[in-house]
Amino acid sequence: MRALVVCGIVCFAAGLAVAGLPGLRDFLPQLLAGAVVTIEITIGGCAVAVAAALVAAMAKMYGPAPLRWLAVAYIELFRGTSALVQLFWLFYVLPHFGVLLEPMTVGIVALGLNVGAYGAEVVRGAVNAVPRGQWEATVALNMTRAQALRRVILPQAFVAMIPPWGNLFIELLKATALVSLITISDLAFRAQQLNQITFETVKIFTIVLLIYLAISSVITVGMRALEERAARGIGRGRA
Amino acid sequence: MFWDWNYAIEILPILARASIVTIQATLLGFVLAAVLGLVFAVLRMSRARWVSLPVAALVEFVRSTPLLIQIFFIFFVLPEFGITIGALTAGILALGLHYATYCSEVYRAGLENIPRGQWEASLALNLSPYHTFRDIIIPQAIPPIVPALGNYLVALFKETPLLSAIAVLELMQTAKILGSESFRYTEPITLVGLFFLVFSLAAAWLIRRVEARLSLSKV
Repeated sequence: MRALVVCGIVCFAAGLAVAGLPGLRDFLPQLLAGAVVTIEITIGGCAVAVAAALVAAMAKMYGPAPLRWLAVAYIELFRGTSALVQLFWLFYVLPHFGVLLEPMTVGIVALGLNVGAYGAEVVRGAVNAVPRGQWEATVALNMTRAQALRRVILPQAFVAMIPPWGNLFIELLKATALVSLITISDLAFRAQQLNQITFETVKIFTIVLLIYLAISSVITVGMRALEERAARGIGRGRA
Repeated sequence: MFWDWNYAIEILPILARASIVTIQATLLGFVLAAVLGLVFAVLRMSRARWVSLPVAALVEFVRSTPLLIQIFFIFFVLPEFGITIGALTAGILALGLHYATYCSEVYRAGLENIPRGQWEASLALNLSPYHTFRDIIIPQAIPPIVPALGNYLVALFKETPLLSAIAVLELMQTAKILGSESFRYTEPITLVGLFFLVFSLAAAWLIRRVEARLSLSKV
């Protein structure tokens, strides 16, 4: 935490020195408009990722054989190929099959599914880490498996999942820079545009890097707060 | 007609030639990452705070900003300081630097796992810090973290398509050019996806083998 704060201060000081105030005034409004798109895609992508990860992990662990194979195929396919290829595939190839999607939708779905594949393994690990006794207790209480998962297992696994999910959300934020290559005017896209017009490369890209750093710091701090809150909920950590 | 086998076979040699650039970028980038990562890790462990703090700040900064922007930054900014480098070199530098920060965390884990006694023994033997690291610490720290480094090699490999954004003629860029010439994107992009899938699955299998070997020899 302290390293992060120190890092933030050092980087901001260095960044301001490089960018200078006039640079900030000229470029910041445009870049912030791009940052809003970046944040939208990050939030949408996170939602898709969490949903995809939960479904895939549950299917892989408890589904009947065909569903299980489907989940394994999804996880291996999206973990095994590169995010940019997936993005381009959805953007360029799907229209040939008659599926026309907005670039924004493609960005959110592709990044969400990509991170979701990594997330599925996180969910699986966290569920497996719940002590066996908890499962035995749910059997003793005559719960069905769905009830046990929903009321006993997942709430406990949730706490263990939060730190790795924080990392994945930051990965997703960083991956959103890719959507600039499928014509979405996010932060990275605006940066390139401004760069081509003004050639103030150092200033523009320094400001952009700082904006990304700021967003990822918000994610880090938020996830840490969530972690503390959740740990309190199941009687771990400080009250 | 979704899939044209003739076209797919026709473009296969072109893509195969482009894959050489992809592999080149992967290997050179990873060598840079592995070496620079070790430097970062050692500097970050330094007792002098004026060394360790800036390095820690740099590592955290590079880790939490997107690789694509860093590629642009290196490609567009270095020429302003009078250093003109090709797109491929800029790409390899950016990949190497980005993954060096990840590797440095892996190295740090390995270095911190060395029992204290090893440090104390080298102090008792009056070894200089350089010899302590070179002869005592690093030879013990590296083998356990080989699988983790291997994972980052695969991750770096999967990031190489980003170099297409600065017009390096690697696989993705070649596939895009082929697509824009023939208006058929299905075959080139699917083939590129398959190429990555095959290589990553093979690499993952190899890493598992190495992991199994290492855990056997530890007993």
